[in-house]
Amino acid sequence: MSVKLTIRQVGDVTVIDATGRITLGEGASTFRDTVRDLAGKGNKKILLNLSDVTYIDSSGIGELVSGFTTVTNHGGVLKLLGLSKRVKDLLQITKLYTVFEVFDDESSAVRSF
Amino acid sequence: MADIGSGEVPIVDTLLDSTLDSVDEAETSVLKVAEDIGFDEDERHKIGMAVRESMVNAVVHGNRYSARKKVHLRAWKAADHLTVAIGDQGEGFEFSAVPNPLSEENLLRQSGRGLLLVQAFVDKLEVTRGQPGGTELKMVKYLGNTVK
Repeated sequence: MSVKLTIRQVGDVTVIDATGRITLGEGASTFRDTVRDLAGKGNKKILLNLSDVTYIDSSGIGELVSGFTTVTNHGGVLKLLGLSKRVKDLLQITKLYTVFEVFDDESSAVRSF
Repeated sequence: MADIGSGEVPIVDTLLDSTLDSVDEAETSVLKVAEDIGFDEDERHKIGMAVRESMVNAVVHGNRYSARKKVHLRAWKAADHLTVAIGDQGEGFEFSAVPNPLSEENLLRQSGRGLLLVQAFVDKLEVTRGQPGGTELKMVKYLGNTVK
């Protein structure tokens, strides 16, 4: 199964709930298109919920980075929520923990914007 | 890593098409061997990721999805370790010339982290250029607390 993305609003924060795998191919491109679309429509506060993401490869990591820069370039902020230990490990290996703001709790994440 | 698999017949030895389906196929084949050796679920996840990233390198960057080029997958089973070799028929590359994805100027690049992850998830990695061309990644993963 590739990734399924659901969009919802919590106040002025746009939450993307991701489910499945973000890997090379369909999963990564679905994610890229969704983030670009949201940023292009003026959504400035985007919270990516990865709680139900079972697998991310280096292409998926690349898409997270690409999403981050896309939103930043539109004057917005993209933050991450609900990373599994394996995804946290990936962010540490790739030093991207220094780039992303990461939260375990949704209400704290929403308040942080 | 000249001793890897030397004199032994690989338990997996197959030529795969340069497609993303082959990435799944390679992962499945190697994980069966890893399970036979006794790697736990967490270690098998790391092995699976290393194989996937190596296969993506071979299919996408090496063979560039060419229908005329194959990926050579081999795996050796030993009591305390797993060895995997993945070779492509591309133009080859210098490992030392790959930009460091951990450098400040490269942190926000979209690609270039595959080999970093392979290195992180196996105990030994060797990248060799084939003759006349192509690249082969050989990796070794040891069981638990075995001395490396």
